[in-house]
Amino acid sequence: MSMDFGGLRAVDRLDLMIHRGEIVALIGPNGAGKTTFFNCITGLYTPTEGDIHIHPPGGGSKRINGLKPNRVTELGLARTFQNIRLFQQMTVLENVMIGRHCRLRSGIAGAVFRPPHTVSEERQAAMDSYRILEKIGLESFVNDLAKNLPYGAQRRLEIARALATEPFLLLLDEPAAGMNPHETHELDQLILRLRETENVSILLIEHDMKLVMSLSDRIYVMDYGRKIAEGAPGRIKNDPVVIKAYLGEEYVA
Amino acid sequence: MDLQYFAELFLGGLTRGSIYALIALGYTMVYGIIELINFAHGEIYMIGAFTGLIVATVLTFAGFPTLAVLVLASVAAVVYSSCYGFTMEKIAYKPLRGAPRLSVLISAIGMSLFLQNYVLLAQTSDFLPFPSLVPDLAFWEPYAHIISSQEIVIISVTATVMVLLNLLIKFTRMGKAMRATSQDREMAMLTGVDVNRVISVTFVIGSATAALGAVLIASHIGQINFYIGFIAGIKAFVAAVLGGIGSVPGAVVGALVLGWTESFFTGYISSDYEDVFAFIFLVVILIFKPSGILGRSETQKV
Repeated sequence: MSMDFGGLRAVDRLDLMIHRGEIVALIGPNGAGKTTFFNCITGLYTPTEGDIHIHPPGGGSKRINGLKPNRVTELGLARTFQNIRLFQQMTVLENVMIGRHCRLRSGIAGAVFRPPHTVSEERQAAMDSYRILEKIGLESFVNDLAKNLPYGAQRRLEIARALATEPFLLLLDEPAAGMNPHETHELDQLILRLRETENVSILLIEHDMKLVMSLSDRIYVMDYGRKIAEGAPGRIKNDPVVIKAYLGEEYVA
Repeated sequence: MDLQYFAELFLGGLTRGSIYALIALGYTMVYGIIELINFAHGEIYMIGAFTGLIVATVLTFAGFPTLAVLVLASVAAVVYSSCYGFTMEKIAYKPLRGAPRLSVLISAIGMSLFLQNYVLLAQTSDFLPFPSLVPDLAFWEPYAHIISSQEIVIISVTATVMVLLNLLIKFTRMGKAMRATSQDREMAMLTGVDVNRVISVTFVIGSATAALGAVLIASHIGQINFYIGFIAGIKAFVAAVLGGIGSVPGAVVGALVLGWTESFFTGYISSDYEDVFAFIFLVVILIFKPSGILGRSETQKV
């Protein structure tokens, strides 16, 4: 898959595969094109070249490049952002309920006339959302405004909101950014737990190498838009190409 | 000070304010969602008035009772204007999604001129008499010299609409989607919200309340023409800006403040300068509080 901006090739023939239930990390120096890659997968950008295929748990295969972001989300991909993008003016519960949005049916007519199934659907959505918050450990904040949450909790709320869309693939863009070691450790546990209980595969972009090495089944390394290495954490750690990309030429002796 | 005169002005201002609020909603909601000043919104209101007139004339001719005529004419105006609002967004604004804001604004002005002239050609340039559709409430007779049944109906309909709309925005699934879209459109999409649908719904709601206001006020004032949308639109726009554009409660507050300002100034000083007072007041508010009365970043934007 490739993505051009004018004359700049931000992602250059990146070929990446994630199997069901895997935790895969995408790493690389700043500006390598990792977030651009996320934007392409989630429908914010339409890739210039190449295809993105998904195989949802129900079976079958679907090409998703060029689809609207909300369609991509409906198909089972959810993401979080590097810089937190919560709905600041809404409560924690409402943030998660927005995530439930695409799984609900009632429209504007339901909102105006309030037939029983709409009412029960909304009650169900609130309960489901609360359950998700319990899993993530945010239930004590339910009615607080999102902007009043401590930093680590905001990060976890982003994950909760993403989970509410019932994804089979969760894309986490630097989930540990700005977290202290204790919070990072908690996140580590959370991600592993989610894979077990929620049946999701996870693709994460992360700079915290300790987290990446302990979590990932496989790692892809990008530099200047290209894939320069892939493999198990143990191999990547000692790959000279990767070390060069991160530290520069002179360290490779 | 004459207390009864004061009460009359107060209630007169409340009535004016209610109508401004019904129209201002469309401006403020659309601005909250896509940051566009929809200059064609006044025309939607005008089309609502014309639809109401046509339906009311036919129904009255067919011998329907006044109350039925009022209800059916309002429903027809609401439905017809909503269709216009919906179509307008699809034709004039949706293709420009992502274009610079100025382009969309020009498109809105074009739409406004088009609709005005369309009604001018399809209907007439003359003022048309609008029948009084609100029946006199018998029990209200003793107080009718202070505030008429018409005004009572206008105020209570507006209040009901505002309460319902507030509940819709606060508690329903669509309301949450609207708030999410207004805070971060891209993120709303990524959480699965169909943003195009939210925008359509916003236009439909704004058009519907404007049409409702149009029928009520036309029936109160007694005449309409193709140009009424311009003045009403400007006033409602002022109300929206006054209250803090993008904020629904702000639009209501702004509309009421504007209604009272006009009413009291014309009542106590001079009726020749009605509009001048309204705009002077706007200038003063904007000097001291540029974001409007409730226009803080923390207000609920939709």
